[in-house]
Amino acid sequence: MTMAAHSTQSTPSREELVDNPYLPYPVRIDDITVESEDRSLKTFKFVFLNPDDEAKFAAYKAGQFAELSIAGVGEIPIGIASSPVEKGFIKFTVNKAGVVTSHLHNMQVGDIMGVRGPLGNWYPWETLEGKNVLIVGGGFAFTTLRSSIIYMLDPANRPKFKDITVVYGARSPGMLLYKDELIEWEKRDDLNMHITVDGTDDPDWKYNVGFVPPITEQKAPQGDPDSYAIVCGPPIMIKFTQPVLEKLGYDHDHIILSLENRMKCGIGMCGRCGIGRELVCKDGPVFTLNQINQTPREY
Amino acid sequence: MKVIKIEKSQWAEGLEKARQSMRLIGPVAEKGYHSFQELAPGQAPDLDFQNSRLSPKGLAFPQSEVMLTYTMDKNDPECGIMKEADKDYGPRAVIGIRPCDAKALALVKMNFDTDEYKDPYWLNLYNATTFVGLACDAPCATCFCTTAGSGPFDEQGLDVLLVDQPEHYLAKALTDKGTQWLQAAGFTAETDGAAAIDKAKSAAQARITAKIETEHLRGADTMALYNADFWEDVAFACINCGTCTFTCPTCWCFDIQDETSRGQGVRMRNWDSCMFPIFTVHTTGHNPRDTKIHRVRQRFMHKLKYFVDKYDQGIMCVGCGRCVNQCPVNIDIRRASALMNRVGQDARCAVQEG
Ligand SMILES: Cc1cc2nc3c(=O)[nH]c(=O)nc-3n(C[C@H](O)[C@H](O)[C@H](O)COP(=O)(O)OP(=O)(O)OC[C@H]3O[C@@H](n4cnc5c(N)ncnc54)[C@H](O)[C@@H]3O)c2cc1C
Ligand code: SF4
Ligand code: SF4
Ligand code: FES
Repeated sequence: MTMAAHSTQSTPSREELVDNPYLPYPVRIDDITVESEDRSLKTFKFVFLNPDDEAKFAAYKAGQFAELSIAGVGEIPIGIASSPVEKGFIKFTVNKAGVVTSHLHNMQVGDIMGVRGPLGNWYPWETLEGKNVLIVGGGFAFTTLRSSIIYMLDPANRPKFKDITVVYGARSPGMLLYKDELIEWEKRDDLNMHITVDGTDDPDWKYNVGFVPPITEQKAPQGDPDSYAIVCGPPIMIKFTQPVLEKLGYDHDHIILSLENRMKCGIGMCGRCGIGRELVCKDGPVFTLNQINQTPREY
Repeated sequence: MKVIKIEKSQWAEGLEKARQSMRLIGPVAEKGYHSFQELAPGQAPDLDFQNSRLSPKGLAFPQSEVMLTYTMDKNDPECGIMKEADKDYGPRAVIGIRPCDAKALALVKMNFDTDEYKDPYWLNLYNATTFVGLACDAPCATCFCTTAGSGPFDEQGLDVLLVDQPEHYLAKALTDKGTQWLQAAGFTAETDGAAAIDKAKSAAQARITAKIETEHLRGADTMALYNADFWEDVAFACINCGTCTFTCPTCWCFDIQDETSRGQGVRMRNWDSCMFPIFTVHTTGHNPRDTKIHRVRQRFMHKLKYFVDKYDQGIMCVGCGRCVNQCPVNIDIRRASALMNRVGQDARCAVQEG
């Protein structure tokens, strides 16, 4: 037995190694938009430093997320707010909350950081084709819903869906994300847009005033076997929207939610985001209410 | 299967020979406990041990490991861009790993080696290693491997199984990798040891009397187990120290952290544990597992139900007994399992009667 023969057997050479799923793609911050009046929400537009990386990322679907990585600070899971039909960049809207998000809020256009993804599953686009789609969003959890709306409204995709209804609310007009787009969607006739705020003292406010669940009850179409509802928002909104959707006739397997467990790896390895046997980062974050009912509510 | 006879008088010399083509790792006694460490030239593994205090899972999954490196130097065009850390995945053999611990690594592989993603750190270390196991003739009183899908002579996950005899070892070559290791060490004297191995195996198995009850877990309803009334009682004394998951050969949870010093940075991973409250806490302060009842239940449900359902390869426990031995308040997986098993049994009865 020679030494050489032994080492060819048991040493995987570096070249053989598959892509390291922990290695972020380097990106440059191309643009930063302040989204909310209290400056707690900013949208970051990234461009990839290497075209190959962009090509690998480009196949994402609306509903997926990515890990935003800042060297020396850490990584955070953030839903992809840009849409697969928007090419050449990716966008994320980040709420300033803790260590990494605060650091990101202080970064500048031109700074280099990293992105890992796309990660997780997505809204069930194949199932949703040919169906009515109701989107219910609250607060800053509207990011992957924006991605979804842009995707569905793309001229190549719009014929694939029947009626599209959107109910989106925030605390006040100044806290609504993507305002220019909201106003534009409001004017379209191939989308039923219902914007609402919890309250406002703006006398010129011409949209709805009220919490998302009651506005959904007033405005959303009845559920039937051809209708699905996608719901994203703070836990309290989800809690009160569920009975409304049930009343409207949406089955639990026609109600689609996206969960936000604490995460690290984002690829099903580190064990942190488990709910029952499912790992939210890999088996989710998108689940039907029916699936969630069979799982411990540890989210 | 080939059985090789290794005279104990030849043992040390064979190891030195094998060392010329690979690093050797084995049990070393330190402060009253055994742990798996790299063996220096001339150092023999201390095979006179029952179980190492920590499992040898660190062979493929170091307690702390650098994943990526980067510079924070603003003048460097590569500033902030992550690079693969330099790693040594040269061949190595671990001598004297217990069969239960090797089986545990084979279970953990299911987590790190998936269709969608492969964990390069874990897999490269695992694949670089030849596992030379030592059959257990004198199991600890807390061992229950024979009812946990393993056993004192279990061959799963091993390349060679060594069986201790008074003057020699009988070595069973279980894989090509194992055959090559025996050749590299110059251990080539074939013998007809099958009968002696079987005899020792039966004797060892008979010494293990502790049991874990699991037969009704697979069919049990997850939510019925989760909502069972005994969790508060099971978790009552737990102090959330995490000893159970750190010593466990099948626990694989980790945290990822960035560390920087003088303009250079690393992204590390470190063992973590579902027994710690911060494991799941959100930035908002909301914690989906905010009581120790949630956390103790998570450990047992993961090992005895979620894993069983996810992979259909039995429980995520090999019966090494470390958590039973080392828990400061004597929380015992065998008791938890018996309680859970009963729920599974009752649910089944209800189905049959109804
Ligand atoms: C699938 C998914 C999509 C998300 N999408 C968005 C989004 O579009 N916009 C947005 O603003 N926020 C989003 N979040 C929440 C966001 O990930 C957390 O607010 C963020 O991780 C907080 O990090 P921090 O470093 O600022 O906070 P710290 O409390 O300092 O967190 C330290 C570390 O803990 C982890 N962590 C803490 N809280 C969470 C949490 N709620 N979820 C996941 N990991 C956490 C992260 O690894 C973080 O780096 C999403 C979370 C998930 C799971
Ligand atoms: S028992 Fe806890 S620490 Fe161990 S693998 Fe499961 S979740 Fe991770
Ligand atoms: S070793 Fe015992 S006390 Fe410590 S976390 Fe585990 S079960 Fe709780
Ligand atoms: S975040 Fe690591 S397993 Fe989900």
